Amino acid sequence: MLKGKQTWIYESKPVIIASAAVGGPFEAQGPLAEDFDILNEDIWLGQDSFEKAEKVLLEQACSKVIEKSGLDKEAIEFFISGDLLNQITPSSFAARTLQIPYFGIYGACSSSMEGLALASLIINSKAANYVIAGASSHNASAEKQFRYPTEYGGQKPPTAQWTVTGAGTALLGQRGVGPKVTSATIGKIVDSGLSDPFNLGGAMAPAAVDTILAHFREREIEPSYYDLILTGDLGEIGHSVALELLQKGGLDINDDIFKDCGLLIYSKDQKVFAGASGCASSATVTYGHLLNRMGKGELNKILVVATGALLSPISYQQKESIPCIAHGVSIEM
Amino acid sequence: MAKKQRPTKAQQEYQEFVKTKEPKRSILKNCIWAFFVGGSICALGQIIMTIFIKYFNFNEKTASSPMVAVLIIISSLLTSLGVYDHLAQYAGAGTIVPITGFANTMTSAAIEHRSEGYVLGVGGNMFKLSGSVIVFGVFSAFVVAIIKILLMMLGVI
Repeated sequence: MLKGKQTWIYESKPVIIASAAVGGPFEAQGPLAEDFDILNEDIWLGQDSFEKAEKVLLEQACSKVIEKSGLDKEAIEFFISGDLLNQITPSSFAARTLQIPYFGIYGACSSSMEGLALASLIINSKAANYVIAGASSHNASAEKQFRYPTEYGGQKPPTAQWTVTGAGTALLGQRGVGPKVTSATIGKIVDSGLSDPFNLGGAMAPAAVDTILAHFREREIEPSYYDLILTGDLGEIGHSVALELLQKGGLDINDDIFKDCGLLIYSKDQKVFAGASGCASSATVTYGHLLNRMGKGELNKILVVATGALLSPISYQQKESIPCIAHGVSIEM
Repeated sequence: MAKKQRPTKAQQEYQEFVKTKEPKRSILKNCIWAFFVGGSICALGQIIMTIFIKYFNFNEKTASSPMVAVLIIISSLLTSLGVYDHLAQYAGAGTIVPITGFANTMTSAAIEHRSEGYVLGVGGNMFKLSGSVIVFGVFSAFVVAIIKILLMMLGVI
């Protein structure tokens, strides 16, 4: 089960029975639009606040995944979810609607894979038959919480990133047809001393590198084992930094198999600065685009490493550096 | 205020490495944008003032107040319509100029926190960004006034 210090091998191979990805109007203009199950036309989703809109995104992703699995809601034992807002209200409020026993987690944008790793652990240890793992983020609610009001006229630097409006969920079971979660490497906090909240990709890259190196070391495999190795939301700067550090770390890896979800979700014409960010960046790309490609047989083995910057608006005003984390989960057909 | 922690040697090396990967902001392009947009806003202010003097019986002193009010209305409208922040992405320092920039900070905060109600949301957060401008603006005016009084007492001016 435990291999090395921080890697779990799931012997029972928990199956992703169904997955769902939900997005907003901006995601609908991106190249992965086809891979979303629901694309909302309005960033308010008919609600009177962005926080409520984010909760609805997560609720949509949950009901969609249950519908796709063909299971009864009562059959699902646990719901694990995380998001970026204070006290993770979208997750908890969606859990209130769902009425499924619930674990709320916070790993910033790494919450998606943290949830998937824990859900797989629960399934693997036979503590449940069905578990939903989910994560959400909303561009406007994240801006409101971490930065300035959306309409404030402040110039953003080219290193800034665009928070994805969306939610992704995966429903795991003991057996069934679908991709299987085979292992997970839990990251430790890496702090490179950077404190610029407008360059999170650069701050998070060393955490991703630390987790990826640990994963290959402990599983005793080579990067070529996977068809794709993806980070969650490093963006252009973080991605090129991470690639260089991985090569320096002795991994035989290149641009063709090392990708970033934050660089896949939007097109070049969409002005998102260095790329996408947010829990929904890795959640929607993994639970939508990547699992669809696996279903079609285009991909067989992938490693998704979701990265999170564990800062708060207060911590950076107090000049603290940004602690970062990354969790990797391998999914195989 | 909290002091910044000293980075370790490995952290320093990494920070320098990341800097080489960061795209540089073009200072020249930013300056040109700021100059023309900021200048245009000021020119617009002057035009409005001239209109007030010419057609509405104001003089040079009294025309500034209605001019300021008109600029505030324009800036708040553009903020509410979602235009101002897009313009600011290009204009940078050009749109931060007093009056329009100030109106933008207040309007954007008011819109943002409307969902928390009028009293705790709009009222309580309207000065979230502009509050420090007022605090330090009033304080600097106070210091300058004290200096002026002292100089007058000494008979220098």
